[in-house]
Amino acid sequence: MSDFKIEGYELKPGFKGMAKDTGSDQTMFKGVHWGKAMMWIFLLSDTFIFSCFLISYMKGRGSTIIDWPNPSEVFGLHVFGVDVPLLLIAIMTFVLITSSGTMALAVKYGYEKNKKMCGWLILATAIGGLTFVGMQAFEWGKLIHEGVRPWENPFGAPQFGSFFFMITGFHGTHVSIGVIFLFIYAYKTFAGHYDEGKRGWFTTMKGDYVEIEILGLYWHFVDLVWVFIFAFFYLW
Amino acid sequence: MSEDFSDNKTIQAQSSETISGGGSGITPDMDYVRPAEVGEQDLYHGHSFITKWIFCQDAKVIGVQYFLLATFTGIIGLILSWLMRLQLGFPELVPFMTAEHYYQFVTMHGMIMVVYFLTALFLGGFGNYLIPLMVGARDMVFPYLNMVSFWSFFVAVGVLLASFFVPGGPTGSGWTLYPPQAILEGTPGSGWGIMLMCISLILFVAGFTMGGLNYLITVLQARTRGMTLMRMPLTVWGIFTATVLAMLAFPALLVGALMMSLDNVLGTSFFMPTILKAGEVLEYGGGSPILFQHLFWFFGHPEVYIVELPAFGIISDLISVHARKNIFGYRMMVWAIVGIGALSFFVWAHHMYVSGMNPWFGFFFATTTLIIAVPTAMKVYNWILTLWRGNIRLNTVMLWCLGFIVTFVNGGITGIFLGNVSVDVPLSDTYFVIAHFHMVMGIAPLMVIMGAVYHWFPLVAGRFLDEKLGKWHFWLTFLGAYSIYFPMHYLGFIGVPRRYFEMYDSPYVTSAVGMNEFISLAAFIVGAAQFILIYNIIKTLKTGKPAGHNPWQACSLEWLTPTVPPEHGNWGDRLPTVHRWAYDYSVPGAKEDFITQTTPPSEVAHTKVEKT
Repeated sequence: MSDFKIEGYELKPGFKGMAKDTGSDQTMFKGVHWGKAMMWIFLLSDTFIFSCFLISYMKGRGSTIIDWPNPSEVFGLHVFGVDVPLLLIAIMTFVLITSSGTMALAVKYGYEKNKKMCGWLILATAIGGLTFVGMQAFEWGKLIHEGVRPWENPFGAPQFGSFFFMITGFHGTHVSIGVIFLFIYAYKTFAGHYDEGKRGWFTTMKGDYVEIEILGLYWHFVDLVWVFIFAFFYLW
Repeated sequence: MSEDFSDNKTIQAQSSETISGGGSGITPDMDYVRPAEVGEQDLYHGHSFITKWIFCQDAKVIGVQYFLLATFTGIIGLILSWLMRLQLGFPELVPFMTAEHYYQFVTMHGMIMVVYFLTALFLGGFGNYLIPLMVGARDMVFPYLNMVSFWSFFVAVGVLLASFFVPGGPTGSGWTLYPPQAILEGTPGSGWGIMLMCISLILFVAGFTMGGLNYLITVLQARTRGMTLMRMPLTVWGIFTATVLAMLAFPALLVGALMMSLDNVLGTSFFMPTILKAGEVLEYGGGSPILFQHLFWFFGHPEVYIVELPAFGIISDLISVHARKNIFGYRMMVWAIVGIGALSFFVWAHHMYVSGMNPWFGFFFATTTLIIAVPTAMKVYNWILTLWRGNIRLNTVMLWCLGFIVTFVNGGITGIFLGNVSVDVPLSDTYFVIAHFHMVMGIAPLMVIMGAVYHWFPLVAGRFLDEKLGKWHFWLTFLGAYSIYFPMHYLGFIGVPRRYFEMYDSPYVTSAVGMNEFISLAAFIVGAAQFILIYNIIKTLKTGKPAGHNPWQACSLEWLTPTVPPEHGNWGDRLPTVHRWAYDYSVPGAKEDFITQTTPPSEVAHTKVEKT
């Protein structure tokens, strides 16, 4: 947003600008929508939640008395007579990261007020998320079928099951909430709520395409968290 | 900042007549404040009783709701403390008081007072009421979310209190909820009690997050024209920084509570090591109880400052108003608040010296703990220097402020004892610790709350609270609190352990018996004295002296609303414009001893007011 201007206020680039904005009146983040600033701070808080989860996981994995199971075996799939390690996870990760791409495009088309493209891309993102949750459900089903439970694990330390189900469950909940909102936002985009500034059902706030960017921030965050979970659970 | 104003050092303007609007270039305009960046906020005005007073989106009503519910919960905490003192002072006097009940009361008293009373009251109560008014906003930025925040808190309190009525009663594992004993059979409330506690905490954190996002964005993005961060009253700075701490510290509590409930309900072993019980190995194994302690105290220590920082901020404003002097070292005060907030994330393991840790680890945490004393002491000096040669009004508000400073210094000094590993180890788990934290984060913030209630009641209700009753309330509370907690230091020194249901005939604590009786009597009186405030509020709501506009002659924005009490939207047709900080008291040359934040520079050009 380089053409962004504020009446009576000269915006400066870089750290100088940051210091100036911090010292100015009214707003600290110039031109940033309230909701967008809120989402950033919420995500910071959420980062601490996931950090606590992952640090607990590291501590838990580091201090178990029974060996941790080998991730390439536990998470492997047996396809066409061959054992392929991490196959499902690779697909899941690919799908989720692709959905981040469609989300970014949806934001772009939203700001261009291209209702149709924006709506379809949000829908595509939602379907990507749904596929991810579906595959995660499949993986949970597979592990449960093999006897892994939150409280026990035939392949090694019981904490494996505890941490795996808790953390992927918590992340999956985030994805599911995101998917629900994506479907709602797709509907709102197609119905033109953002063009007319129609008021929200609950909040009575006027609709604006910035909401898509805010949801996009959340979606990219969920994606980023998955990268960490992927690294810590599947690659370690 | 300097760009926002024309160079006003060269201006000789004596009256507003010479001022033209908007920096025309002909006359440099010293009253110029640049135009609004953000359009007017779109508010939802309630029409029915339900949308106006119950599911209300007005931050002021939400603040009062928070205040009332937190006070109600706090009174339950107070009654629990009476029951505990009854048992400690006069053992076996109450027939229904078993050891199990005692531990349940200890736990619920602690958790209620720290989280559901102090945190909710300072951030939810004062934060909601004061932030929009003090920064010149019409409301919180997300009023709907704000409303949901309160109702989450409501449900959290409901779930917490419901645990009194479930099989086994509330949890009795101490407010720290340490595993493994919190969920093992034999601890009261090990099944339902601890589960409801965890659920309630999770709901509280969720609700608080919604409120906290509101406070932060309102301060960052919704200040009025001319209101820079360094012109905000310290109350806002305190609540703002405390909210930042809460947003970063509560996640650890949420994760801890979630893992604990899974250990409890699903039988996972996050925190549960291999346990032998009556010769039998339990299902649990391989978990780490210390992990919970780290998670809990990563929340728990910032939590101390979540309670303390708003208190620091509020007290600074009260002292400044009632000593008719600007706060000494405003910028230092701001940086001290921010510094304490940042440091509070690096001290948590000083609660765990006796849990067993690497000596270097203890050394590190002792050092950081003692470093916190530096900004804290700076604040105390600045309060005293604000009072120094001030035109002090010795009213109830000021009494509470003075009481706070003394109490806080007391509690702070014992904190230095406990921050050192070698002193903490023998004093750990004695009444010395109880005395320390009740002084520093129980009584001290409570005094600020009381002072704030007497100070802002005229704004909220339009009437003054009764001064005579207020002074009785103060002196009973102040002297009584010292009668309770001073002897406890001594009890700690002679080694009386905390969390013991009864001393029985232990010979080395016989001298503690009389003292315990005395403390209990004092506790009953202090507790009862708090009802003076409730009586005072009910009485003065009807018959109190009308306060009128800006009754304390304060400078800050919350007193400058067109109507008192302020209505929804706060500012009538026009938002205020701010030209200075909130502390221009007793400026030489000014007509009155205060210059409000909205007074344009041209009106006070002849005075010795400093540019802020």
